[in-house]
Amino acid sequence: MSGSIPASPTVEAVGPAAAAAARATASLSPSREAWRRFRKHRLAVVSLAVLGALVFGVIAGPLIWRVPIDAIDFSAMLQGPSWAHPCGTDSLGQDLLARLIYGGKISLAVGVAAMFVAVGVGVAIGAIAGMASGRIDAAVMWITDVFLALPQIPLLLLLIYLFRPALRSMLGELGGVFVLIVVVIGGLRWMPLARLVRAQFLSLREKEFVEAARALGASRMRLVVRHILPNALGPVIVAGTIEVANAIILESTLSFLGLGFPLDVPSWGRMLYDSEDYLQIAPHWALFPGMAIFLAVLSINFIGDGLRDALDPRRVI
Amino acid sequence: MSRAYLVRRLLLAIPSLLAISIILYTILALAPGDPLGELTTNPNVPPAVQAALRAKFGLDDPVWQRYLHWLLAMLQGDWGFSFASQENVETLIMQRLPVSLALFGCSELLAILVAVPVGVLAAARPYSLFDQVANTLAFIGFSLPTFFTGLLMIVLFSIKLNWLPFVFRSDLQVTGLAWWWAEIRQSIMPVLVLGLALGASLVRYVRSSMLDVIRLDYVTTARSKGIGARRVMLRHVVRNGLIPVVTLVAVQLPIIFGGTIITEQIFRVPGIGSLLIASVLNNDTPVVMGVTFVYACLVVLFNLIADLLYVWLDPRIAYR
Repeated sequence: MSGSIPASPTVEAVGPAAAAAARATASLSPSREAWRRFRKHRLAVVSLAVLGALVFGVIAGPLIWRVPIDAIDFSAMLQGPSWAHPCGTDSLGQDLLARLIYGGKISLAVGVAAMFVAVGVGVAIGAIAGMASGRIDAAVMWITDVFLALPQIPLLLLLIYLFRPALRSMLGELGGVFVLIVVVIGGLRWMPLARLVRAQFLSLREKEFVEAARALGASRMRLVVRHILPNALGPVIVAGTIEVANAIILESTLSFLGLGFPLDVPSWGRMLYDSEDYLQIAPHWALFPGMAIFLAVLSINFIGDGLRDALDPRRVI
Repeated sequence: MSRAYLVRRLLLAIPSLLAISIILYTILALAPGDPLGELTTNPNVPPAVQAALRAKFGLDDPVWQRYLHWLLAMLQGDWGFSFASQENVETLIMQRLPVSLALFGCSELLAILVAVPVGVLAAARPYSLFDQVANTLAFIGFSLPTFFTGLLMIVLFSIKLNWLPFVFRSDLQVTGLAWWWAEIRQSIMPVLVLGLALGASLVRYVRSSMLDVIRLDYVTTARSKGIGARRVMLRHVVRNGLIPVVTLVAVQLPIIFGGTIITEQIFRVPGIGSLLIASVLNNDTPVVMGVTFVYACLVVLFNLIADLLYVWLDPRIAYR
């Protein structure tokens, strides 16, 4: 550290008091230690509570709020929030709260599932590139760079447009679209993770503990799975968390463009798409799903930021 | 910058473009049905004509032959014709490309004008109140999906306040100064929506890039020579700290184009993004392929420009 303003608080910068505190907590287990660090990021803790409430509402909501999502009531069209309909109704008089709860389940499920696809592909490709050096590494990274240069949304639209009819007839309306959206979003978002994992592998595989394991006769597979991967996990968890937020935005974008989920599956983006023509008379219809997307994405992003602080062992907080 | 580097970098862009075109064509070839063969599967067209069309378009050839055919046609500027409007795809795209590029350029400019000062000020006093507020606002900015901010702005400025028109019109009936005024008025919201979304993610890049530079020895030296904090920041830190930001802007591009598509769709801006969505909804495959390919070319082109700029700005980078 040569300059006078540090980018992050470090041992030297925060002085002996924090160093002593760090020594005092040295006996905690890694997950307890991570939690202790995570709690220091106030906005991340608040976000965890908000996201927890959202997830709880989406899972337990249907048990408490028993209005069906498709009960058409022409006497209550486009109404604002009231006691009977806390979030108002849409142009068919359907209850928006029930639809929000249902849509949340879909949006969050797509986000998590697409994250797992992206992380799975990214970790596998990054690990291959990081372990195999030379030509394979260069070839894999070139492919990664080409994928990075692909325009995402146009390609997403193209893929959905070309494959939706076939998958729909194979897996049904909801299942087909769900699988397609998850695979396509995951398949277009693995590149940053692959680069991250590769960079981690390149530095970790030269470390002494890996050398020691190799000297003890550990196979290549065992080296990767038992020794290198667990140590590369911190940044992957952070990137994966933020990937959930990205996937939620991408899914709502597709649905908002009318190319995601069909009419009878009200995901949050789809609700916004339907509300677009009624902005003048029923702005609440757009406001609630939009706020839901925003809250979910914002809280996930803040949690990712908190995890970044918590899982980076070089930071002292 | 040597001419050899320029040529080499230009040549390097060709394999990536080829790879992208292969990926696009593979997707098209793997797709079920016959997306390019709309006319040949149309039951109203007599079988003899269908067979002739199939032969003309080479639909029964092996895949690699069809790919080469398609690539050659694309290279010669023959991009097929739109099923929906019976117009040439390239004329359709060329009509709409300037609007898209203008929207993109104005938004990027706004993003830079907002993000650079804010990022620099935040980095000048890290963990200060200003830094924390800027950081939180940036988080809010890139967590707000562009389609939601767009709708919010329409509700606020067009419907509640009635200040701005919310449908972008390309057939304005006025001329001269009035035309400019109308054009600016209808561009404000699309540019704001996109520019603020871009700016929000840029702020964090600028800040962390500045913090990387502030730590360097030469900045400490400058400070110890008694140069004022302001001058050190502007003359020594900002100039070097902005160099990596150039590449980061380029890396972001593929995502940014998504933002332009959505913004064009919300405000009905007649650019290639809204053309893409209209064609997807109309099953107009040649236009969809053409527009996607244009976006891919733009990404490669801007990456190239960013690379060249980077070398020009930072002479330490050896051209390999």
